[in-house]
Amino acid sequence: MSDVVVTRRSQRKALGQFGQVGKVIDDLDDRLGIAKGGRSFLDKIYPDHWSFLLGEIALYSFVVLLATGVFLTFYYTPSQALVTYHGSFLPLDGQKMTEAYFSSVNLSFAVRGGLLMRQMHHWACDIFVGAIVVHMARIFFTGAFRKPRELNWIIGLTLLILAIVNGFLGYSLPDDLVSGTGIRIAYSIILSIPLVGSYLAFWIFGGNFPGNGVFERFYIAHVLLVPGIMIALVSVHMFLMFRQKHTQFDGGGRTEDNVVGKPFFPVFMAKTTGYLLIIAGVIALLAAFAQVNPIWQFGPYEAARISYAVQPDWYMGFLDGALRIWPSWSFHSFGHTIPLEVTIPAVVLPGLIFNLAFAWPAIERRFTHDDEFHNLLDRPSNRPKRTAIGVALLTFLFALFVASSTDVLANFFHVSLNTVLIAMRVIVLVTPVIAYVVTYVICKEMQAVRGAGRRKTANIVSRSHEGEYTATPSPVYPDDRHDKLEPIPVPDFISAPEPDVVESGVRTVER
Amino acid sequence: MSDEQRTPVTLGGLSEDDPHLQPASAHPKRAEAIIAVTMFLGLVLCAAFGACYWVNAAPWTLGATLGGGLSFLGIGMAAWGKYLMPRGPFVEQRHPLAASQDEREAFVGSIVQRGGSLMKRRKLLGGLLGGGLGIFSVVAIFPLLRSLGPLPKGTLFHTDWRKDSYVVDQGGRRVSVGDLAVGSIMTVFPEGTEDTDRGQAVDQTVLIRVSNESFTTQKGRESWAPMGYVAYSKLCTHLGCPVGLYEQQLQLLVCPCHQSMFDVTNGAIPNFGPAPRPLPQLPLYIDAAGFLRSQDGYNQPVGPGFWERA
Repeated sequence: MSDVVVTRRSQRKALGQFGQVGKVIDDLDDRLGIAKGGRSFLDKIYPDHWSFLLGEIALYSFVVLLATGVFLTFYYTPSQALVTYHGSFLPLDGQKMTEAYFSSVNLSFAVRGGLLMRQMHHWACDIFVGAIVVHMARIFFTGAFRKPRELNWIIGLTLLILAIVNGFLGYSLPDDLVSGTGIRIAYSIILSIPLVGSYLAFWIFGGNFPGNGVFERFYIAHVLLVPGIMIALVSVHMFLMFRQKHTQFDGGGRTEDNVVGKPFFPVFMAKTTGYLLIIAGVIALLAAFAQVNPIWQFGPYEAARISYAVQPDWYMGFLDGALRIWPSWSFHSFGHTIPLEVTIPAVVLPGLIFNLAFAWPAIERRFTHDDEFHNLLDRPSNRPKRTAIGVALLTFLFALFVASSTDVLANFFHVSLNTVLIAMRVIVLVTPVIAYVVTYVICKEMQAVRGAGRRKTANIVSRSHEGEYTATPSPVYPDDRHDKLEPIPVPDFISAPEPDVVESGVRTVER
Repeated sequence: MSDEQRTPVTLGGLSEDDPHLQPASAHPKRAEAIIAVTMFLGLVLCAAFGACYWVNAAPWTLGATLGGGLSFLGIGMAAWGKYLMPRGPFVEQRHPLAASQDEREAFVGSIVQRGGSLMKRRKLLGGLLGGGLGIFSVVAIFPLLRSLGPLPKGTLFHTDWRKDSYVVDQGGRRVSVGDLAVGSIMTVFPEGTEDTDRGQAVDQTVLIRVSNESFTTQKGRESWAPMGYVAYSKLCTHLGCPVGLYEQQLQLLVCPCHQSMFDVTNGAIPNFGPAPRPLPQLPLYIDAAGFLRSQDGYNQPVGPGFWERA
């Protein structure tokens, strides 16, 4: 006979100070040793700046992509086999089409929530690639790619390329008239590579266009191969960011040797989970109200048919623009052809741009001989040449993007295609130069303005009993009271910030 | 707010009434009320999403309720974090990632000395392993050469147009001399291929009837366009898009992809855009029964350029 009475209270007492949670953590720590690392994880400080949100947009639209993509896999059939449509969308009734197109239309109209999921998937992709680009621009202009973060720059750039490739693969899967034409163009681009082009094209497509089992291949690459690599790279990206800790702007007690901000738990966790929900919500709203890629309007792909005035997804625009405005220079000699009119704009040009971006941290270090660790971010105006190069490159890419709609522009402005084409050639070459000069000058000007980039402080105007007005400056924000950027001994490639020169005629406010 | 309150502190060991741990908002009660309303809206819309889904409402209602629900919940949550959680700022020291010089040397030593002596002592094994893996890495390319696809060989050079092929339309009907009105075009295939992938992708040809009955597109092609029927490969020589637009007044074929224009009256020489070569012309004749047939296949590869093309 036991005389121990088990009551609720005695149970609770036996569990110790932290109750059930404490017990679970005890058990886990005994076996896995999670307490030490877990604590530093929860206590990790995250610096706060609006621009740090951009990477999160990319991450969370990727999450939305994975979730909606899984839904789509349940209903999509990757097959070139021909079927006849007798579904709920009457305009297509009786049409012959591939199972790929059939299942894409079917999941849009016959599957509950299918159209929403397809639209969300497409929107999430457009936002994903866009967020990566803007996030990279932030990293570039603030110098966050410098030592010790070069590797993460390279991983991020690889992720951008994979995102573009996978976006194109996914765009191709529905086998509608527009995407089929896109595949045709991709095939011809691969074909244009000297020496190995025809072999590569035959291996990727399983034969001459339209190939054999293309959708099976593209599908497995799109849903498994590429996303698998991307998930792995995203994990490494996050792990490196976690281990190397965040960068931050200076001021407010922030130095090279600390991180100032708020802890992961609960502040950052609450905010970032909120962002995840907001991003998923906004994507759902876009999917609800902004139609994207209405494949049932394009019709099924037939190799001998084509649609008019269609553009690829926006991230392919720069390639399409380059293909449009590059002159028709083809090389024929020695019994061989190099289709330079394709190879240069569609293979060499993106190759150059991405390799330049990959090598940028090394290129910059070569000029600056700067081998220091950098945890504080640059203000773009303090690095005028880097900033100007970045703006020039983005301008160049945007001009190419605009060039991908030469026919639409010609229609819109009622000018001849010829005029638009020549104008775009000039614009693509000239605007980057202008952008470089203008950016450089603006950066230099901003350096000369005291307090540029700082918050303005108010003047407190008070009236005395006698009616006299006096203005006294309010106290400076502690955040704004900080030393100048540490001067780095560098050659003229990166000029050090100019000293604050008070010129006559320039009004300065003491702060 | 005093300077002291804005000076970053470390997270541990703060007393509960430390200003750094107070909510960031100056009016926490009001903030809480607003956030509660926001989150309630989110909750209601999420439930509405469930209802819409259950009754299979229109897709836009699904998106609106789901998007609104998640957005409101998210806004509430982010605002909770921003306004009602500790205002900080907190500071954390960075610790150098690099190990001490000794540790680093010991690590390098392990690799170089231990590994080096291993390789020095067992050169044969190392050589065999390296050789084996080297062979494997070459062998691993074989699937490319043997299974992923056929080798190109001659496939890029020829179409299915032969001597005396009947010209048929998309439905497989033979085209006879009265079928096409002057100034109109149609897409045609060699008979028997109109239903095949290859026929659609490679053999596609655009047939145009021009008003001039003794039409010569270029020197040496006097007999190629009987009664004004002229046929060109429909594959653009730029990137292989179908050259699907016909500008009847100017007699231009236009590729909708990148706006290359081909002069129908002059051997389809490109006079605008990025296409580098004329569209190959198919020589036609009209047989005794009045059907259009090809005198021969194309005299050059159709479509975009590639390395092996002469």
